[in-house]
Amino acid sequence: MSEYNASILKKGQSAQITDINIDEIPLKLIEMGCLPGNDIELIQIAPMGDPLFFNVNDSKVAIRKKTASAIYINQESIK
Amino acid sequence: MTPKIIKVALIGNPNVGKTSVFNQLTGLNQQVGNYPGITVDKKTGVCKINQITKAKIIDLPGTYSLNANSIDENVVIELLLNKNDEDFPDVAVVVTEVENLKRNLLLFTQIKDLEIPTLLIINMSDRMKQKGIELDIPFLEQELKTKIALISSRKNIGIDNIKELILNYKQLSTEPCLNASSIDPEYFNRLRKAFPNQLLYKLWLVITQDVNFLNLQRNEIENTFTRSHTELKRLQQKETIKRYQFINDTLKIGQKIDKSKATDFQSKLDNILTHKVFGYLIFFGILLLIFQSIFDWSSIPMDFIDTTFSKLSAFTKENLPQGKFTDLLSDGIIPGIGGIVIFIPQIAFLFLFISVLEESGYMSRVVFLMDKIMRRFGLSGKSIVPLISGTACAIPAIMSARNIENWKERLITILITPFITCSARLPVYAILISLIIPETRFLGFSLQGLTLMGLYLMAFVVAIASAFILNKVLKLKCKSYFVVEMPSYKVPMFKNVALNVLEKTKAFVTGAGKIILAISIVLWFLGSHGPGKDFDNAQEIIETEVYSSNTKINPSVIPDRVAEYKLENSYIGIIGKTIEPAIKPLGYDWKIGIAVVSSFAAREVFVGTLATIYSVGSQSEEEATIKMKMAEDMDSKGNRIFNFATGVSLLLFYAFAMQCVSTLAIVKKETNSWKWPLIQLAFMSGFAYIVALIAYQTLK
Ligand SMILES: Nc1nc2c(ncn2[C@@H]2O[C@H](COP(=O)(O)OP(=O)(O)OP(=O)(O)O)[C@@H](O)[C@H]2O)c(=O)[nH]1
Ligand SMILES: [Mg+2]
Repeated sequence: MSEYNASILKKGQSAQITDINIDEIPLKLIEMGCLPGNDIELIQIAPMGDPLFFNVNDSKVAIRKKTASAIYINQESIK
Repeated sequence: MTPKIIKVALIGNPNVGKTSVFNQLTGLNQQVGNYPGITVDKKTGVCKINQITKAKIIDLPGTYSLNANSIDENVVIELLLNKNDEDFPDVAVVVTEVENLKRNLLLFTQIKDLEIPTLLIINMSDRMKQKGIELDIPFLEQELKTKIALISSRKNIGIDNIKELILNYKQLSTEPCLNASSIDPEYFNRLRKAFPNQLLYKLWLVITQDVNFLNLQRNEIENTFTRSHTELKRLQQKETIKRYQFINDTLKIGQKIDKSKATDFQSKLDNILTHKVFGYLIFFGILLLIFQSIFDWSSIPMDFIDTTFSKLSAFTKENLPQGKFTDLLSDGIIPGIGGIVIFIPQIAFLFLFISVLEESGYMSRVVFLMDKIMRRFGLSGKSIVPLISGTACAIPAIMSARNIENWKERLITILITPFITCSARLPVYAILISLIIPETRFLGFSLQGLTLMGLYLMAFVVAIASAFILNKVLKLKCKSYFVVEMPSYKVPMFKNVALNVLEKTKAFVTGAGKIILAISIVLWFLGSHGPGKDFDNAQEIIETEVYSSNTKINPSVIPDRVAEYKLENSYIGIIGKTIEPAIKPLGYDWKIGIAVVSSFAAREVFVGTLATIYSVGSQSEEEATIKMKMAEDMDSKGNRIFNFATGVSLLLFYAFAMQCVSTLAIVKKETNSWKWPLIQLAFMSGFAYIVALIAYQTLK
């Protein structure tokens, strides 16, 4: 398990998805395009640090931190 | 040629504008809103294509894919897999929109695999310029093996194009876009050999879902072809990746996006509206505005309606020939209907606000803001939508809880939603507050308005507290998912909002109106007939009493005294007196008791019931509003019946008691058992009784 996951992104940062933990990620999110190879960008953080508002594969979607930490990202691709 | 009907199903992701297209095609007015999951059930309408051809259009709930995740998504799959369904479409119309085309096309490729003639609509073309999007339609048509209608349902562009394509549906290709079975060729080959007559993709759907319309022996499939849950999900993931590969390749050529044009106005707005201080302040401010409008601004039209109806009642009494029918009209029906018409201004305001919040895209931001807080109480951020729309009516609110993924969060939401102050309580609150709270202002806000807001807040607090307890008590293990789409902000479209307000207000008035009409007729009958001699001989009994007493009593009071005596000895009086011991400790007399009991059919009956009882119980011809009659009602010791303690006790009782048969029915439907509605009924009403009891006993 990688420590680089979507929950560590800062507001405005984006990165490439390398893998997802299939048991933690609902199918709906996968269908929105949360898949290895696609980009994920953190747009907004809710006031209490959770949930997180992402743009993934051009879908704008809010998910909880726990789910975000099951989306693994490529450290080098963070920008 | 004989007239022909083409069956058309509108399918697409949530919030792409299916219902808007449906309304354009059929001329109907189904609800539209900028929040995913507005449509929860299928709706049909007819569209005239040309002189001889009609189309039956079926509007469906939004779905992300054919892998059903929730009940409303099931509706779509059940329809598409069942060739024998009477609505099984001749042509599937997949609706997409320019901004989310990539994601929208996933469902399109799945529908194509079903080998039904399929047509693609790309909606919201009016936004392309602003977003810097260009589409190569001929290329896309060729790659996606379909015909495309690029339209804007908002600007009414391209609707005729859709009609023409529907008319020529037989020319549409039924060939799939890609070969999905290559994700596991060996497995799919075996499947194909075992069921040579079935469509492979359908088999795959049947294996992965809980639906079966192919009349196959499920066991047969299960024994040879099921895999573990994780394995199936892995395959589904593979399938999804495969489809996205195809879509990405197609759009790389067929779609050009000028990123610089994508304005950052939206994200600036998000920075403010989801800000950790301003976000909550704005939300609270909006709630405050809603209450101010409901109580303060709407009082002007309400006063007008109130006096109009009492004038009408007096007018019929004076001008129609005396008799039973006139009595029924002037004492039963007119006050009963008046009791409901008067709330149109308030209810319209409420629906107006909810509709604007949904149409603008703000509702999803509220969900986002509130999730962390709500989670502490076993709820989801998405529970905020049922809780807010519960202020209008619990029934659609409970249905809108369907998009909460986690069953426990959903169940708790369903159980607590009826605590939220719905519009049916408004009539009751309004009249009681105006009786017991003075019409003064406090810091510029009307004190009555603040009291109303206090009641709303209290209901909310109790709802949340119940959620907290339920969260501790209920032992349910569920995977907790939370995925909420954040639609881009849009300026609410006047027509959508206006229609929405109109439709819902109409539904409220006719729905409640029917019950109230029926109940007021029954009450009037029970109130103007009685079983014994006391009722029949009321005139003599009162006259002897008045003339034989030593004190001087003005004979002019006789008619009123007779009417009251009659009422007390009528059927309704007898029923009321029988239940009086149970409600006396709460500070209610038998008249209020009757109103409370009849309110168990629906709360808004309260005012109508009292209106009827008071009208029957007075003989005077002068016009007096219901409110005045209630304010002047005295008990035997000359104290006001609607005093402060009784008023507060009644307010609390109505705030908490489960007095709505329709809500119980919908809870039964949504939870699939009688257990939960019965628990709700017992718990809420018991709680209401105790709270009202304590309030009255300490205040009196
Ligand atoms: N700019 C623009 N907005 C549109 C257009 N068509 C629909 N909308 C808006 O898009 C939002 C969603 O429309 P609906 O018709 O409710 O969408 P739906 O697909 O039925 O949504 P669900 O029932 O929730 O699945 C509303 O706010 C509409 O006003 C269009 O052509 N242009
Ligand atoms: Mg819809």
